[in-house]
Amino acid sequence: MQAIMPRLKRAGHYLIVAAFCFFTAAPFLIMIVNTFKQDADLYRPQNNPFIYNVPPTLDNLRLLFEGTNYLGFVRNSLFVGVLVVLITLVVAVPAAYALARLAGSWGERAGIAIFLVYLVPPTLLFIPLFRVVTAFGLNDSVWSLVLVYPTISIPFSTWLLMGFFKSIPRDLEEAAMVDGFSRLMAFFKVVMPLSLSGVIAVTVFTFTLTLHEFVYAMTFISSSDSRPLSVGVPIELVRGDVFYWQSLLAAAVIVAIPVGIVYNMFLDRLVAGFTMGAVKG
Amino acid sequence: MGVVELRGLRKEFGEVKAVNGVDLSIQKGELVVILGPSGCGKTTLMRMVAGLELPTDGEVLIGDRNVTALPPRARDIAMVFQSYALYPHMTVFDNIAFPLKARKAPKEEMAQKVEWAAGILGIQRLLARKPRQLSGGERQRVALARALVKEPAVMLLDEPLSNLDAKLRVSARDELQQFQRNLGITTIFVTHDQIEAMGLGDRIAVMNAGKVRQVGDPQEIYDDPADTFVATFLGSPPMNLLERNGHLLGFRPESFLPLEVARGDREKVTFPFHLGRVENLGSDRLLYGTVEGAERNRTISKLPSTVEVSVEAGETYDFAVCRADLRYFDKESGLRKEPPPREGG
Repeated sequence: MQAIMPRLKRAGHYLIVAAFCFFTAAPFLIMIVNTFKQDADLYRPQNNPFIYNVPPTLDNLRLLFEGTNYLGFVRNSLFVGVLVVLITLVVAVPAAYALARLAGSWGERAGIAIFLVYLVPPTLLFIPLFRVVTAFGLNDSVWSLVLVYPTISIPFSTWLLMGFFKSIPRDLEEAAMVDGFSRLMAFFKVVMPLSLSGVIAVTVFTFTLTLHEFVYAMTFISSSDSRPLSVGVPIELVRGDVFYWQSLLAAAVIVAIPVGIVYNMFLDRLVAGFTMGAVKG
Repeated sequence: MGVVELRGLRKEFGEVKAVNGVDLSIQKGELVVILGPSGCGKTTLMRMVAGLELPTDGEVLIGDRNVTALPPRARDIAMVFQSYALYPHMTVFDNIAFPLKARKAPKEEMAQKVEWAAGILGIQRLLARKPRQLSGGERQRVALARALVKEPAVMLLDEPLSNLDAKLRVSARDELQQFQRNLGITTIFVTHDQIEAMGLGDRIAVMNAGKVRQVGDPQEIYDDPADTFVATFLGSPPMNLLERNGHLLGFRPESFLPLEVARGDREKVTFPFHLGRVENLGSDRLLYGTVEGAERNRTISKLPSTVEVSVEAGETYDFAVCRADLRYFDKESGLRKEPPPREGG
């Protein structure tokens, strides 16, 4: 009897974990299954949604790749994402370091003020920013997003990285300076390696933001060639009141899986990054 | 001309004068201890020598070179921080080799020098570990090895023993001194611990409120304090200060003995000592009481356990101090002064 209790307990644990895994994986499962379903299968409520009641088809993928500019959207999103991540790191890393180390007591307050900017919603800003984009002549160009997205990503990233830099003892940098490096080299040799979790967190946050942002992309870009995924896919696969569900789901899952794999590779560091920023920032 | 010369060094943080005019000359191979209470400016002073803090005024010279405006890397110094500041993402080997990497030393030379430094400190077997896998004492050795490998003109040690437990501190102190003597590295050692200072220093510079109060060898500082601050900061328990006949009189607790014990031919001054409390510490007895007929008269006597006089709290005894052991201080300024022509006992 005594031997059974721990086993039951363990079985309970596994049951909960399995249920949770199913819950988090279910959207992916549904997306993948439905990608290959025919309309006749999908639109019959009596059918089991998890199996193929009618033989699967590749027509939906054909529509996605041949009937829309999907690969163009992916290319645009990658282009914007990579550039915005780079711009964010180039600006936020030195800004956060300066605020954390050099600015004295008002560095903290400035950090909070910068973070507040992040809280202003894009729905308030897209009209004034549209004028800015027009002034730069970037209407209907992916460059408009490269210009505007850092206004969201830089404040948040600066604030997040400040927490990291503050948690690194000053002694370490000073030791590196005494050991023969300049402040800049001490930063690269000692501070950056120790803040890697923060840099990864910022990269993931920024890239995800550029992937899912909708309001700015919708406002600033009107031609199919320049659209990123978040806008291009719904515009081209929702025609009037017809939703091409299978192709929409395919468009989402094809992007989500590689991103998911990359995030998983850095999961531990990512969690460390976000929790540390939360406490120390 | 010393290896390190500090001239009129001052540092102000806003209104606060952390270091207020320090002149100090440190000779080659010497170990100078900068001793003072927390907040006296001793760490700021060391940071100015290291180049981590720019002085408000004054000059720092290292090896005949004026380095006041130079960054730390150009000063030919090494420093051991209170926290040891080991780089947590590097192995012990890489930590020790770090200054050599900065200098872009060739790989063979690097390996050779790290071996040499690790050998001196007995940490060869730790070279592959990360700092978090080391004990406090081992970390301290790694920090010292990292300082050593630079072969600096001056080594700066900022309370390197304060993170060690009491037992380890004694042995680390001994090792540190032997190591410094053997290598003959000019060393500045900052501490608030008078025992460390007395035990380690060739000379001690006692600091308070941003100023150096006295510089001298340990015995000199102990026997002939320049003012009441030095007199009461050093020694445990500190020097007794009595106000009598308009003079401020100082004498060490161990010189204040019952009259029948204080034998010898030297001239003595006797005081009626009213004993309030006895503390038995095993090796010594501390007698707390007051001297009758004096203002500011709380007095402590320290009797070694070899003195077998029986004393009772609440009684008054005749205690004596050799006249040669009496020190006189100015009542207002607290500075040492010459004994008055003849002071009644």
